[in-house]
Amino acid sequence: MTTVNLHLQQVKEQTGESMEEMWVNMGPQHPSTHGVLRLLIKLDGEVVRECIPYMGYMHRCHEKIGENRAYVQIIPYTDRLDYLASMYNNWAYCLACERLMGIQIPERAEYLRVLIGELQRIASHLIWLGTFGLDLGNFTLFMWCFREREMVLDLFEAVSGQRLNYSFMRIGGLALDVPEGWLGDVKAFLQWFKPRLPEYDRLSTDNIIWQKRIQGVGILKPEDAVSYACSGPVLRGSGIRWDLRKNDPYGIYDRFEFDIPVGTSGDVWDRFWVRRQEIDQSVRIVEQALKDIPPGPVLAPVAKKLRAPVGDIYSRVESPRGELGDYIIADGSEKPYRYKVRAPTFVNLSALPVMLPGYLVADAVAVLGSVDIVLCEVDR
Amino acid sequence: MPHIQSGDLVARFYALFEGWGIPWIVPRLIVMLVVVSIIILFISVVAMFLIWWERKISAHIQARFGPMRVGGWHGWAQSIADGVKLLLKEDIIPTRADRPVFILAPMVVFAAALAAYVVIPFGPGLIVEDLNIGILYVIAISSLAVVGIIMAGWSSNNKYAALGALRSAAQAVSYEVPLVISLIGPVLLAGSLSTTKIVEAQRYLWFIVLQPLAFLTYFTCAVAETNRLPFDIPEAESELVAGFHVEYSGMRFAIFFLAEYANMFTVCAIATTVFLGGWRGPLLPPWLWFLLKTFFLLFVMMWLRWTLARVRVDQLMDVAWKVLLPLAFANLGITGLLVWAFS
Repeated sequence: MTTVNLHLQQVKEQTGESMEEMWVNMGPQHPSTHGVLRLLIKLDGEVVRECIPYMGYMHRCHEKIGENRAYVQIIPYTDRLDYLASMYNNWAYCLACERLMGIQIPERAEYLRVLIGELQRIASHLIWLGTFGLDLGNFTLFMWCFREREMVLDLFEAVSGQRLNYSFMRIGGLALDVPEGWLGDVKAFLQWFKPRLPEYDRLSTDNIIWQKRIQGVGILKPEDAVSYACSGPVLRGSGIRWDLRKNDPYGIYDRFEFDIPVGTSGDVWDRFWVRRQEIDQSVRIVEQALKDIPPGPVLAPVAKKLRAPVGDIYSRVESPRGELGDYIIADGSEKPYRYKVRAPTFVNLSALPVMLPGYLVADAVAVLGSVDIVLCEVDR
Repeated sequence: MPHIQSGDLVARFYALFEGWGIPWIVPRLIVMLVVVSIIILFISVVAMFLIWWERKISAHIQARFGPMRVGGWHGWAQSIADGVKLLLKEDIIPTRADRPVFILAPMVVFAAALAAYVVIPFGPGLIVEDLNIGILYVIAISSLAVVGIIMAGWSSNNKYAALGALRSAAQAVSYEVPLVISLIGPVLLAGSLSTTKIVEAQRYLWFIVLQPLAFLTYFTCAVAETNRLPFDIPEAESELVAGFHVEYSGMRFAIFFLAEYANMFTVCAIATTVFLGGWRGPLLPPWLWFLLKTFFLLFVMMWLRWTLARVRVDQLMDVAWKVLLPLAFANLGITGLLVWAFS
C-alpha cells in the first residue's frame, strides 16, 4: 500500500469521510443564496452528492410578536415576511381577519386588491427573473428586469408612499383610494411593459446557452412535489395544475379570465417557463381589472378597535411564491391567541435536497434560483 | 534586438557605449529595460482604458450610464482612481495560505501576459522582437498563465479557490488544442510562423476571407482562454464566489485583473494579426489601423459577455472536444489539401 493510500485510509478511519468528497459551505455569505441561507453541500469533484439547507438566520419571532399585537397592528409586520411581495402578505393577513370577523369589503377595494396584487406578482417575478439571470451569469437581464420593477415600485409609491413595505391594505379594504390619474399611469406602464417581454425572451428564453443550462436539471417529480407540499410555480412546474386563484378563489378572482401555465417534466426550465408565462397572465388580469373597476369607497365601515369572535380560521392566497396561508385562533380579545403563517418558500425550500443530488455545482445555483426563496419569509 | 522604427538610433546607442569601452551587455540591458517599461506602460494604459470602456459598454447595454463623475468627462479617470484605491488597500494574506506561492501567483500570471507582447506587430517595424516562431511563442506563453492560476487557487487554501483552479486547468487544456489547430491554417497559407510575415502575406486578401471557420473557432477559444463569459467558469461569481482569486485583495487582486485585460488585448491582437490583416488599411497610419481592428474585436468580446449566460462545466468540455476540435481539424485538412494542390 502506498503512502498516499495509507494516509487516505487513516483519514477515513478518523473522520469517516473519504478524501474524494468534500463538504462545502454555500452561504450564509455567498453571492447566489438570495439571502442568509446556508447550504451544506457534499461535493464529489463538481458533482453534488448531498445537500442540507440550514435556515433560521433571519428568525425574528414573527408569529410570537403577532400574539402580542392588536389585529390591525400586525399588518406592518406582515410586510417584512416576503419583502418582494409585501402587498400580497398584507392581503393574505387582511383576508384571514375579514373571514374571521365576517367583514364584507367594498367592490372597488376588491378590484384594487386584484389590480395591486397582480402588479405585485409582476414585480416579484421580475426580481426573480433578474436574479435567476444573475445565477446563470447574465447580468444584463438583471438590470433590465429591475428597470421595469422600479416602475411598478413607483406606482406603489404613488398609492402608499412606500417603495417596499407598503402596509397598504387594511382589515376591511384599503388604507386609501388611489390618487387621481393613477389608473392611467398603470395603463401607461402596461403599454411600456408589454413590448419589453419579448426583449427578456431574447436574452433568456430564446438563447441556446440559457436553454441548455436549465433543461433537464433539478427535476422534481410530481409525486415528490405533492408529498413535500410544494406550492406555487414549483408545484405547477412539476405539471400539477393547482392555483388557488382558480382552485379556491378568494377576492374576486372568479370574475377574471386567465390561464394557469403548467410545466411537464418538473425541471428548472419548467419552473422558469411557468413564471415567465405567469407574467403574461398577470398583465391580462390587470388589463381586465382596469376595464371594469367601479367607483365607490375603498374601506368598509369597521370599528377602530377590532375584536374577533372566538374561533379559528385558516385562509390562504396564491402569493407569487405559492400558497401563503394565515392561521389565526381568536379568543375574543383584541389580540389573536395564536397566529401562524404558512410560508410557501419555507415549504418549497424543504424540497431542495430532493432536487439537487446528482447535478453539478453550477446546477445547484440554478436549482436554488428556480425555487425562488425569500429568506425573510422562510425564517420569519 | 528591438526593431523600433528608429533602428539606427539603437545602433548608434550601442556604438556609443562601444566607443567608451563598456561591455556590450550594458547598453543591451538598458535598451531591454526601456522596452519593457514601454510595454508595461502600454499594458497598464490599455488595461485601464479597457476596464473603463467595458464599464461604459456594459452600462449602455443595461440602460445605465456607468462611471460619470471621476475626472469630469464621462468618468474617464475612474480606472485611475480605482487603481490608486487598490494600491492603498491593506495587503491581506490568509494565515493558512502557502505564502511564497500565494505571493508568486499574480506575478506569474502577469509575467505571462506581459511576455506575449513581444511578438505583436503594431505596425511595420513596430515590434519588439520579430521571432521566426512568433505564433508558437505566443501559444506557449499564453498557456503559462494557467500555471499561475493553479498556484493561486492551490495556495489560497480555500475550497472555492481550489475548485476554480481545477476548472481553469481543465478549461485551458481543452481549449488550447482547437486554438492551436485553428491557427495552423493561416500559418500554412502564409508559410511562416513569424507574425510580421503573416501580416505581409495578407497584402491582397485578409485571411478571414480564406479561413472564416478558423477565425470563428479561434475567437471562441480565445474567449474561453481569457476566462470571460460565456466561458468564465473558473471565476463564476454566482457559483464559486470569485473562483481562484477569492482570497486576493488590494494590489494582488488588481494584478490579476490587469492580467485578464492584458490577455484579452493579446488574443484580440493575435486575431487581428492572423486574420484581419494586421496593420494593413488605407489612409490612416498602420498602428491606428491595428488598434482599431483589435478594439473592434475587444468590443465583440464585451458584447458577448453582457448578453450571454454562462455555460456549464460539462457543456464547456463538450463544445471544446466535440464541436470546436473537429471543426478546427476539418479546416486544417481542407487548407492543407488546397495549399498542396495550388503550390
